[in-house]
Amino acid sequence: MKLFPIRGGVHPEYRKEQTSEKAIVAMPMPRLLYIPLQQHVGAPAEVLVAGGDLVKKGQMIARSQGTISASQHAPTSGRIVSVTDVAAPHPSGLPQTTIIIEPDGKDEWADLPEPVADPFAADLQVIRDRVAQAGVVGLGGAVFPAAVKLNLGTQYKIEILLINGAECEPYITCDDRVMREYADEVIDGARIVARVMGAPRVVVGIELNKPQAIEIMTKAAAPFAEVEVVGVPALYPMGYAHELILAITGRETPAGKRTAEVGVVAYNVATVRAVHQAVRFGRPLISRVVTVSGGAIREPKNVLTPIGARVADLIEFCGGFSAPPARLVNGGPMMGEPLPSLEVPVVKGTAGILALTAEETNTQAASPCIRCGSCVTICPAGLSPVEMAAFIRKDNLEAAARLGVMDCVSCGSCSWVCPSHIPLVHYFNYAKGALNKQERERRKNERVKILAEVRVIRVEKAAEAKRAAMAARKPATAATPAADAPPGNAGQANTSSTAEEKTNA
Amino acid sequence: MNIVTTSGPFTHTSNTVQKTMITVLLALIPATAFDFYLFGWPAILLFTVTVGSCVAVEAACLALAGQPIKAVLGDYSAVLTGWLMAMSLPPWAPWWIGVLAAVFAIALAKHAFGGIGQNVFNPAMVGRTVMLVSFPVVMTAWVMPHPMFSSGAPGLADAIAITFGGHMPDTMSAASALGHIKTELSRGIPVTQSMAQVPDLMDMALGYRAGSLGETSAILILAGGLFMMAKRIISWHIPLSVMGGLFLMAALFHAVDPARFTSGTFHLMSGATFLGAFFIATDYVTSPVSKKGQLIFGLGCGVLIWLIRTFAGYPEGMAFAVLLMNGLAPIIDQYTRPRLFGRNRKGEPLPLVKEKP
Repeated sequence: MKLFPIRGGVHPEYRKEQTSEKAIVAMPMPRLLYIPLQQHVGAPAEVLVAGGDLVKKGQMIARSQGTISASQHAPTSGRIVSVTDVAAPHPSGLPQTTIIIEPDGKDEWADLPEPVADPFAADLQVIRDRVAQAGVVGLGGAVFPAAVKLNLGTQYKIEILLINGAECEPYITCDDRVMREYADEVIDGARIVARVMGAPRVVVGIELNKPQAIEIMTKAAAPFAEVEVVGVPALYPMGYAHELILAITGRETPAGKRTAEVGVVAYNVATVRAVHQAVRFGRPLISRVVTVSGGAIREPKNVLTPIGARVADLIEFCGGFSAPPARLVNGGPMMGEPLPSLEVPVVKGTAGILALTAEETNTQAASPCIRCGSCVTICPAGLSPVEMAAFIRKDNLEAAARLGVMDCVSCGSCSWVCPSHIPLVHYFNYAKGALNKQERERRKNERVKILAEVRVIRVEKAAEAKRAAMAARKPATAATPAADAPPGNAGQANTSSTAEEKTNA
Repeated sequence: MNIVTTSGPFTHTSNTVQKTMITVLLALIPATAFDFYLFGWPAILLFTVTVGSCVAVEAACLALAGQPIKAVLGDYSAVLTGWLMAMSLPPWAPWWIGVLAAVFAIALAKHAFGGIGQNVFNPAMVGRTVMLVSFPVVMTAWVMPHPMFSSGAPGLADAIAITFGGHMPDTMSAASALGHIKTELSRGIPVTQSMAQVPDLMDMALGYRAGSLGETSAILILAGGLFMMAKRIISWHIPLSVMGGLFLMAALFHAVDPARFTSGTFHLMSGATFLGAFFIATDYVTSPVSKKGQLIFGLGCGVLIWLIRTFAGYPEGMAFAVLLMNGLAPIIDQYTRPRLFGRNRKGEPLPLVKEKP
């Protein structure tokens, strides 16, 4: 298949060999599980249980609420200890509402929904409901509720379902292992999703540095004419959906648009496998494969981890630390986030836990930019990081916005390539946050202004009506301007106070 | 456990500014060594003085600015500036040329603008140009190669007299090929005739000719340039466009009037074309950052070199051309930013194209 060139990209040291040949192993059930209500994009799920309740494996313990949300299920049978605030696996380490389960060791399944006998004949809504019920979210890192994404097929004409097996982040091999060990399940899930989406073609994109996965997946896809497996160059960030779509289809998603609008939707391999599990067996998403790797981990592994296991338990299962780690990362080394502590739980979006040595991170103090232009050459978004960073340093965010900083995808390639070790992407993340905040403020002020104007009109109308009524009652004595003044002034005073309240709110 | 929560990425290229500079220095070694052999001890002494002065001036500037001296000197950028500047000086020039050039290059062209990365103009070329304009006689006193250990080559004592005593032996001066052609043209002798007296192209490529250190061995400079490309320090864009621009202009006019204009090949092989195209114009700080901008920058350099060599008062125009284009680099940058992903050149989102069935 002819591939299309993508923009930019870097070749970090992949270091996948630490875990790529390690078969997936399940970790023993830890003493306690911590299930946060929000492990996805959208609204947190609504708690269905309380402390003391007994739950079975796969039982829904928090229900999706709102249009974009996902349900949570008990990863094993046991007793609910409490529903309380626990530090989130987020750099801030801020607490979020979490259900704590004490496993009873029996691992008893709850009554699962009936499997869909033939997903290729069943009503589409049945499949959508089943995926929603199973709490499946995008496991590639976006953690967007999969069921919501399935609806894209009703809004757009989807021509290609792209299964993203690029796995371009260094160290991470969980998708590689899933493809090698569960190729048939991945292909089946992909075909189910393609049917719901109405996509006539399925293309699985895998980076060429995973030849075994390509071979096994090609074999698994062979019986299905509509499924094609394509090897794509190993070039970070190939796994970024827009890049992979460009490489495989040549379609460049316009800024601010969805990929569905160019006829392509991308799903991660592990996500479609979870769809397969949900549809074929009624099993909810209660565990995921996590790559535990890095030079400071004694026995790097691919671990089938129950959702809610603490990172500390996971690392202990991998033999603990062989050296004091310089950095603890939640995710891959390029786009992952620092772990605030080892006490946080593994969630649906956790693809990797890395404990890196100083040698691996190669962190150095930043020195002045020498304008080598590497960041411009490698930026997959076509930005000029060197110029944007110069503006952001001077706090000229508007100039950075004009250069397109909001189009930055935070892939980190510029920071990686910079010979002066300038934390470029950090500047851009800061600028994006600050600009978003400004935009929110601006919108809020606009709303307040409109409300204030509406109020002025309303007050005037009321005064007008009053005047008319007075005039009707006492046609002889016309309303004097002095009589008009108090209500008018009061109205204005009220308006400004409202505006103030709104701004303060 | 001590948990560090700095932002990602948590892996990094092994490349550093220091490594980049060292690679460039390595690329310069073969040509420099050969030129030392050709021009002997005086060249070595001048080189040492120039590089040493650059490092000393850099250290002084850093001390004045209150910056860490050792850490910044460790990036080797001052060494590189001194090295390149030494290669652009007449090899038997007196010591004070090297010292003065260092002051202008490092103190004025680099640190007055804010140090590494901040300068608009190429420091080495500023140093050379100021010297050329201020001391035209000394700066155009070329000698024919006197290979080391050959008869007539100055020994160390003679060299000290030449470099530090100002005893330039009159009999040894010679004109560079470009200078010769220019002089002859001004006397009304056509290029076709004067070309007979310049070294043949092979000698010019190898370096057996009069000129500054770096102007001579085109082949070794090319080897260094290719080494830098292989190491991905530079890309082909600037060298090729500099040489392409120069060659095209020269070849075009040569075809029109061979008596007035020298050939494209002659221009490529003469003067500092190779050194300039691979080592001077490619300076990161003073050239555009985007590949497209680099092509425009290089073409501009090439065309300007030809214009200056052909019509201006100086026989060689590399330094002037590069400095002029340095001044344009910021504006070239502004107009050659890459197209953003998913947007057109104006920055508007791409239109949604209906795919062909």
